[in-house]
Amino acid sequence: MSATLRRRDVVRELLRERKDLLVVAGLGSTAWDITAAGDADMSFPMWGAMGQAAMMGLGLALAQPKRRVLVITGDGEMLMGLGALATIGVQQPGNLTVVVIDNERYGETGMQRTHTAYGVDLAAVALGCKFKQAMTVTSDIAKVRDLAYRTPGPNFAAVKVLDEKLPLVLPPQDGVILKDRFRKAVLADVLAEKR
Amino acid sequence: MQPDWPAEIHKELVAAGVRVVGYVPDAGHKRLIELCEQDRNMRTVPLTTEEEGIGLVAGAWLGGEKSVLLMQSSGVGNIINVLGMVQVCRFPLAILVTMRGEQGEFNSWQVPMGQNTARVLETMGVAVRQAGEAQTVAGHVKAALLKAFEAQGAEAVLINQRVIGIKSFQEQRNQ
Repeated sequence: MSATLRRRDVVRELLRERKDLLVVAGLGSTAWDITAAGDADMSFPMWGAMGQAAMMGLGLALAQPKRRVLVITGDGEMLMGLGALATIGVQQPGNLTVVVIDNERYGETGMQRTHTAYGVDLAAVALGCKFKQAMTVTSDIAKVRDLAYRTPGPNFAAVKVLDEKLPLVLPPQDGVILKDRFRKAVLADVLAEKR
Repeated sequence: MQPDWPAEIHKELVAAGVRVVGYVPDAGHKRLIELCEQDRNMRTVPLTTEEEGIGLVAGAWLGGEKSVLLMQSSGVGNIINVLGMVQVCRFPLAILVTMRGEQGEFNSWQVPMGQNTARVLETMGVAVRQAGEAQTVAGHVKAALLKAFEAQGAEAVLINQRVIGIKSFQEQRNQ
Protein backbone atom coordinates (compact mmCIF):
# COMPACT_ATOMS: atom_id res chain seq x y z
CA MET A 1 0.00 0.00 0.00
CA SER A 2 1.54 3.33 -0.98
CA ALA A 3 0.45 5.91 1.57
CA THR A 4 -0.08 9.54 0.69
CA LEU A 5 -1.25 11.01 4.00
CA ARG A 6 1.20 13.00 6.10
CA ARG A 7 1.20 12.13 9.79
CA ARG A 8 1.28 15.67 11.19
CA ASP A 9 -1.65 16.68 8.95
CA VAL A 10 -3.63 13.66 10.15
CA VAL A 11 -2.99 14.31 13.84
CA ARG A 12 -3.61 18.06 13.51
CA GLU A 13 -6.96 17.33 11.85
CA LEU A 14 -7.89 14.79 14.54
CA LEU A 15 -7.13 17.29 17.31
CA ARG A 16 -8.73 20.35 15.66
CA GLU A 17 -11.33 21.90 18.00
CA ARG A 18 -10.82 19.01 20.38
CA LYS A 19 -12.65 20.70 23.25
CA ASP A 20 -12.62 18.26 26.21
CA LEU A 21 -11.23 15.27 24.31
CA LEU A 22 -8.70 13.37 26.45
CA VAL A 23 -5.60 12.32 24.54
CA VAL A 24 -2.87 9.76 25.24
CA ALA A 25 0.00 9.49 22.76
CA GLY A 26 2.42 6.59 22.51
CA LEU A 27 6.14 7.18 22.79
CA GLY A 28 8.15 8.52 19.88
CA SER A 29 6.73 10.06 16.75
CA THR A 30 3.09 10.21 17.86
CA ALA A 31 4.09 12.08 21.04
CA TRP A 32 5.90 14.61 18.82
CA ASP A 33 2.89 14.71 16.45
CA ILE A 34 0.38 15.69 19.14
CA THR A 35 2.81 18.29 20.43
CA ALA A 36 3.24 19.75 16.94
CA ALA A 37 -0.55 20.08 16.84
CA GLY A 38 -0.39 22.09 20.07
CA ASP A 39 0.68 20.95 23.54
CA ALA A 40 -2.27 20.78 25.94
CA ASP A 41 -2.95 19.92 29.57
CA MET A 42 -5.41 17.21 28.55
CA SER A 43 -2.74 15.46 26.48
CA PHE A 44 -0.51 12.80 27.98
CA PRO A 45 2.48 12.24 25.69
CA MET A 46 4.45 9.16 26.73
CA TRP A 47 8.25 9.08 26.72
CA GLY A 48 8.53 5.39 27.58
CA ALA A 49 6.49 2.35 28.68
CA MET A 50 6.30 1.15 25.08
CA GLY A 51 3.19 -0.93 24.46
CA GLN A 52 1.06 0.73 27.14
CA ALA A 53 -0.61 3.63 25.29
CA ALA A 54 -3.83 1.73 24.56
CA MET A 55 -4.01 0.48 28.16
CA MET A 56 -3.54 4.03 29.47
CA GLY A 57 -6.47 4.95 27.26
CA LEU A 58 -8.54 2.11 28.71
CA GLY A 59 -7.83 3.11 32.31
CA LEU A 60 -8.71 6.70 31.48
CA ALA A 61 -11.88 5.73 29.59
CA LEU A 62 -13.10 3.62 32.53
CA ALA A 63 -12.37 6.42 34.99
CA GLN A 64 -13.99 9.12 32.81
CA PRO A 65 -16.96 7.41 31.12
CA LYS A 66 -18.58 10.73 30.14
CA ARG A 67 -15.57 11.98 28.18
CA ARG A 68 -14.22 10.82 24.86
CA VAL A 69 -10.74 9.33 25.06
CA LEU A 70 -8.43 9.16 22.05
CA VAL A 71 -5.22 7.14 21.96
CA ILE A 72 -2.86 8.15 19.17
CA THR A 73 0.05 5.79 18.81
CA GLY A 74 2.44 4.23 16.33
CA ASP A 75 2.33 0.82 14.68
CA GLY A 76 5.47 -0.32 16.50
CA GLU A 77 4.08 0.78 19.86
CA MET A 78 0.76 -0.94 19.22
CA LEU A 79 2.47 -4.15 18.11
CA MET A 80 4.35 -4.32 21.41
CA GLY A 81 1.07 -4.48 23.34
CA LEU A 82 -1.40 -6.26 21.07
CA GLY A 83 -2.93 -8.01 24.09
CA ALA A 84 -4.35 -4.62 25.11
CA LEU A 85 -6.77 -4.87 22.18
CA ALA A 86 -8.18 -8.10 23.63
CA THR A 87 -8.40 -6.53 27.09
CA ILE A 88 -10.21 -3.47 25.69
CA GLY A 89 -12.53 -5.78 23.75
CA VAL A 90 -13.61 -7.45 26.99
CA GLN A 91 -14.30 -4.10 28.72
CA GLN A 92 -16.10 -2.51 25.73
CA PRO A 93 -15.53 1.15 26.70
CA GLY A 94 -17.94 3.12 24.51
CA ASN A 95 -15.87 6.29 24.83
CA LEU A 96 -12.49 4.95 23.66
CA THR A 97 -10.91 5.20 20.22
CA VAL A 98 -7.44 3.94 19.35
CA VAL A 99 -5.82 5.46 16.26
CA VAL A 100 -2.59 3.97 14.99
CA ILE A 101 -0.54 6.32 12.82
CA ASP A 102 0.90 3.55 10.67
CA ASN A 103 4.04 4.36 8.70
CA GLU A 104 5.07 0.70 8.74
CA ARG A 105 8.36 1.75 10.31
CA TYR A 106 10.15 2.07 13.65
CA GLY A 107 10.70 5.79 13.17
CA GLU A 108 12.94 6.46 16.16
CA THR A 109 15.45 3.68 15.62
CA GLY A 110 16.40 3.91 11.97
CA MET A 111 13.18 3.36 10.03
CA GLN A 112 13.26 -0.44 10.19
CA ARG A 113 10.12 -2.11 8.83
CA THR A 114 7.44 -3.11 11.37
CA HIS A 115 5.19 -6.13 10.99
CA THR A 116 2.53 -4.00 9.27
CA ALA A 117 4.97 -3.48 6.38
CA TYR A 118 4.70 -7.21 5.78
CA GLY A 119 0.91 -7.12 5.71
CA VAL A 120 -0.03 -7.69 9.34
CA ASP A 121 -3.48 -6.12 9.60
CA LEU A 122 -4.02 -4.28 12.89
CA ALA A 123 -7.64 -3.36 12.09
CA ALA A 124 -8.41 -7.04 11.56
CA VAL A 125 -6.87 -7.81 14.95
CA ALA A 126 -9.01 -5.09 16.57
CA LEU A 127 -12.12 -6.44 14.86
CA GLY A 128 -11.27 -9.92 16.12
CA CYS A 129 -10.95 -8.40 19.59
CA LYS A 130 -14.57 -7.20 19.48
CA PHE A 131 -13.95 -3.53 18.71
CA LYS A 132 -17.25 -1.99 17.52
CA GLN A 133 -15.59 -0.28 14.56
CA ALA A 134 -12.19 -1.10 13.12
CA MET A 135 -10.82 0.18 9.83
CA THR A 136 -7.72 0.89 7.82
CA VAL A 137 -7.79 4.40 6.40
CA THR A 138 -5.73 5.73 3.52
CA SER A 139 -7.43 9.06 2.79
CA ASP A 140 -10.68 9.83 4.64
CA ILE A 141 -9.69 11.47 7.92
CA ALA A 142 -13.23 12.78 8.49
CA LYS A 143 -14.22 9.17 9.08
CA VAL A 144 -11.57 8.83 11.79
CA ARG A 145 -12.73 12.08 13.41
CA ASP A 146 -16.22 10.60 13.55
CA LEU A 147 -14.87 7.55 15.36
CA ALA A 148 -13.02 9.67 17.89
CA TYR A 149 -15.72 12.24 18.64
CA ARG A 150 -19.09 10.56 18.00
CA THR A 151 -19.23 6.84 17.21
CA PRO A 152 -19.92 4.49 20.15
CA GLY A 153 -16.74 2.49 20.77
CA PRO A 154 -14.43 0.89 21.32
CA ASN A 155 -13.19 2.06 17.93
CA PHE A 156 -9.97 1.45 16.07
CA ALA A 157 -8.37 2.97 13.00
CA ALA A 158 -5.03 2.31 11.40
CA VAL A 159 -4.19 5.37 9.33
CA LYS A 160 -1.57 4.64 6.67
CA VAL A 161 0.91 7.52 6.41
CA LEU A 162 4.13 8.35 4.56
CA ASP A 163 7.33 7.20 6.26
CA GLU A 164 8.73 10.72 6.54
CA LYS A 165 11.35 11.73 9.07
CA LEU A 166 10.23 15.03 10.61
CA PRO A 167 11.75 17.58 12.98
CA LEU A 168 11.14 16.63 16.62
CA VAL A 169 8.58 18.76 18.47
CA LEU A 170 9.09 17.80 22.08
CA PRO A 171 6.49 17.96 24.87
CA PRO A 172 7.48 18.46 28.52
CA GLN A 173 9.48 15.46 29.69
CA ASP A 174 8.93 15.61 33.45
CA GLY A 175 6.45 12.80 34.20
CA VAL A 176 5.13 14.37 37.38
CA ILE A 177 4.32 17.61 35.57
CA LEU A 178 2.58 15.72 32.74
CA LYS A 179 0.54 13.74 35.24
CA ASP A 180 -0.38 16.62 37.53
CA ARG A 181 -1.38 19.04 34.80
CA PHE A 182 -3.59 16.36 33.23
CA ARG A 183 -5.34 15.53 36.50
CA LYS A 184 -5.82 19.18 37.38
CA ALA A 185 -7.42 19.88 34.00
CA VAL A 186 -9.65 16.80 34.03
CA LEU A 187 -10.69 16.62 37.65
CA ALA A 188 -11.34 20.34 38.08
CA ASP A 189 -13.96 20.03 35.35
CA VAL A 190 -15.55 17.05 37.06
CA LEU A 191 -15.88 19.03 40.27
CA ALA A 192 -17.43 21.93 38.37
CA GLU A 193 -20.04 19.57 36.88
CA LYS A 194 -21.02 18.40 40.36
CA ARG A 195 -21.72 21.92 41.61
CA MET B 1 -8.26 -20.55 63.01
CA GLN B 2 -6.95 -18.93 59.83
CA PRO B 3 -8.63 -15.57 59.15
CA ASP B 4 -10.53 -15.09 55.88
CA TRP B 5 -7.72 -12.98 54.44
CA PRO B 6 -9.18 -12.52 50.93
CA ALA B 7 -12.35 -11.07 52.48
CA GLU B 8 -10.21 -8.85 54.69
CA ILE B 9 -8.29 -7.59 51.65
CA HIS B 10 -11.56 -6.86 49.87
CA LYS B 11 -12.71 -4.83 52.88
CA GLU B 12 -9.52 -2.79 52.76
CA LEU B 13 -9.97 -2.15 49.04
CA VAL B 14 -13.50 -0.88 49.69
CA ALA B 15 -12.32 1.31 52.57
CA ALA B 16 -9.59 2.84 50.39
CA GLY B 17 -12.06 3.62 47.59
CA VAL B 18 -10.57 1.27 45.02
CA ARG B 19 -12.80 1.08 41.95
CA VAL B 20 -10.65 -0.66 39.34
CA VAL B 21 -9.08 -4.09 39.88
CA GLY B 22 -6.73 -5.37 37.18
CA TYR B 23 -5.61 -8.96 37.39
CA VAL B 24 -3.96 -11.92 35.79
CA PRO B 25 -5.52 -14.90 37.54
CA ASP B 26 -3.72 -16.93 40.16
CA ALA B 27 -5.11 -19.75 42.24
CA GLY B 28 -4.09 -17.83 45.35
CA HIS B 29 -6.19 -14.83 44.27
CA LYS B 30 -9.21 -16.91 43.23
CA ARG B 31 -11.47 -15.87 46.10
CA LEU B 32 -10.41 -12.20 46.10
CA ILE B 33 -11.07 -11.98 42.36
CA GLU B 34 -14.55 -13.41 42.93
CA LEU B 35 -15.26 -10.94 45.74
CA CYS B 36 -14.18 -8.04 43.53
CA GLU B 37 -16.26 -9.33 40.60
CA GLN B 38 -19.32 -9.50 42.85
CA ASP B 39 -18.74 -5.95 44.11
CA ARG B 40 -20.91 -3.62 42.03
CA ASN B 41 -18.69 -0.64 42.81
CA MET B 42 -15.62 -2.34 41.39
CA ARG B 43 -14.63 -2.82 37.78
CA THR B 44 -12.58 -5.98 37.34
CA VAL B 45 -10.28 -5.99 34.34
CA PRO B 46 -8.74 -9.31 33.29
CA LEU B 47 -5.39 -8.67 31.61
CA THR B 48 -3.55 -10.74 29.02
CA THR B 49 -0.25 -9.90 30.73
CA GLU B 50 0.60 -8.11 33.97
CA GLU B 51 2.35 -5.37 32.02
CA GLU B 52 -1.06 -4.12 30.85
CA GLY B 53 -1.96 -3.51 34.48
CA ILE B 54 0.60 -0.73 34.80
CA GLY B 55 -0.93 1.16 31.87
CA LEU B 56 -4.40 0.56 33.30
CA VAL B 57 -3.47 1.89 36.75
CA ALA B 58 -1.76 4.96 35.29
CA GLY B 59 -4.67 5.77 32.97
CA ALA B 60 -7.25 5.31 35.73
CA TRP B 61 -5.28 7.64 38.01
CA LEU B 62 -5.13 10.29 35.27
CA GLY B 63 -8.93 10.07 35.24
CA GLY B 64 -9.24 10.22 39.03
CA GLU B 65 -9.83 6.56 39.96
CA LYS B 66 -7.92 4.37 42.38
CA SER B 67 -6.96 0.88 41.30
CA VAL B 68 -5.00 -2.18 42.42
CA LEU B 69 -3.33 -5.02 40.58
CA LEU B 70 -3.49 -8.70 41.50
CA MET B 71 -0.85 -11.02 40.13
CA GLN B 72 1.33 -14.02 40.82
CA SER B 73 5.05 -13.65 41.52
CA SER B 74 6.00 -14.77 38.00
CA GLY B 75 3.97 -11.83 36.68
CA VAL B 76 6.28 -9.38 38.41
CA GLY B 77 8.87 -10.32 35.80
CA ASN B 78 6.51 -9.02 33.12
CA ILE B 79 6.28 -5.46 34.45
CA ILE B 80 9.92 -4.49 34.96
CA ASN B 81 10.36 -1.98 32.12
CA VAL B 82 7.01 -0.25 32.61
CA LEU B 83 7.73 0.27 36.31
CA GLY B 84 10.06 2.97 34.97
CA MET B 85 6.97 5.03 34.08
CA VAL B 86 5.56 4.58 37.59
CA GLN B 87 8.81 5.87 39.02
CA VAL B 88 9.26 8.82 36.67
CA CYS B 89 5.63 9.99 36.90
CA ARG B 90 5.14 8.97 40.54
CA PHE B 91 1.92 7.12 39.75
CA PRO B 92 0.36 5.53 42.84
CA LEU B 93 0.76 1.76 42.55
CA ALA B 94 -0.49 -1.05 44.78
CA ILE B 95 0.25 -4.62 43.70
CA LEU B 96 -0.91 -7.67 45.63
CA VAL B 97 1.34 -10.57 44.72
CA THR B 98 0.63 -14.20 45.55
CA MET B 99 3.93 -16.01 45.81
CA ARG B 100 5.11 -19.10 44.02
CA GLY B 101 8.54 -20.68 44.15
CA GLU B 102 8.78 -20.62 47.91
CA GLN B 103 8.34 -23.40 50.46
CA GLY B 104 6.16 -26.20 49.18
CA GLU B 105 6.65 -25.35 45.50
CA PHE B 106 6.20 -28.39 43.29
CA ASN B 107 7.14 -26.71 39.99
CA SER B 108 10.84 -25.89 39.69
CA TRP B 109 10.13 -23.50 36.80
CA GLN B 110 8.43 -21.17 39.31
CA VAL B 111 11.47 -20.98 41.55
CA PRO B 112 13.80 -18.48 39.77
CA MET B 113 11.20 -15.68 39.58
CA GLY B 114 9.75 -16.54 42.98
CA GLN B 115 13.15 -16.25 44.62
CA ASN B 116 13.79 -12.87 43.03
CA THR B 117 10.37 -11.22 43.16
CA ALA B 118 11.15 -8.89 46.06
CA ARG B 119 14.58 -7.99 44.69
CA VAL B 120 13.19 -7.15 41.24
CA LEU B 121 10.46 -4.93 42.68
CA GLU B 122 12.84 -3.10 45.01
CA THR B 123 15.36 -2.60 42.23
CA MET B 124 12.66 -0.85 40.19
CA GLY B 125 11.59 1.39 43.06
CA VAL B 126 8.64 -0.55 44.47
CA ALA B 127 8.53 -0.90 48.26
CA VAL B 128 7.91 -4.49 49.35
CA ARG B 129 5.86 -5.68 52.33
CA GLN B 130 6.10 -9.36 53.19
CA ALA B 131 2.88 -10.90 54.46
CA GLY B 132 4.14 -14.14 55.94
CA GLU B 133 1.07 -15.07 57.98
CA ALA B 134 -2.63 -14.88 57.19
CA GLN B 135 -3.15 -12.62 60.22
CA THR B 136 -0.82 -9.96 58.84
CA VAL B 137 -2.13 -9.73 55.26
CA ALA B 138 -4.89 -7.14 55.78
CA GLY B 139 -2.64 -4.84 57.79
CA HIS B 140 0.01 -4.85 55.11
CA VAL B 141 -2.57 -4.20 52.39
CA LYS B 142 -4.04 -1.30 54.34
CA ALA B 143 -0.62 0.27 54.82
CA ALA B 144 0.28 -0.24 51.16
CA LEU B 145 -2.94 1.36 49.91
CA LEU B 146 -2.51 4.34 52.20
CA LYS B 147 1.07 4.90 51.10
CA ALA B 148 0.18 4.48 47.43
CA PHE B 149 -2.78 6.83 47.29
CA GLU B 150 -1.83 9.40 49.93
CA ALA B 151 1.89 9.66 49.21
CA GLN B 152 2.10 8.59 45.54
CA GLY B 153 4.00 5.49 46.56
CA ALA B 154 4.71 2.33 44.61
CA GLU B 155 3.92 -0.59 46.91
CA ALA B 156 3.73 -4.36 46.69
CA VAL B 157 2.44 -6.83 49.24
CA LEU B 158 3.91 -10.31 48.79
CA ILE B 159 1.54 -12.93 50.14
CA ASN B 160 3.57 -15.94 51.19
CA GLN B 161 2.84 -19.38 49.78
CA ARG B 162 2.31 -20.53 53.37
CA VAL B 163 -0.71 -18.20 53.58
CA ILE B 164 -2.13 -19.38 50.28
CA GLY B 165 -1.69 -22.99 51.28
CA ILE B 166 -1.41 -24.72 47.93
CA LYS B 167 0.97 -27.59 48.44
CA SER B 168 0.64 -30.00 45.58
CA PHE B 169 -0.19 -30.23 41.94
CA GLN B 170 -3.07 -32.55 42.82
CA GLU B 171 -4.59 -30.03 45.23
CA GLN B 172 -4.32 -27.27 42.64
CA ARG B 173 -6.02 -29.44 40.04
CA ASN B 174 -8.86 -30.15 42.42
CA GLN B 175 -9.53 -26.46 43.14
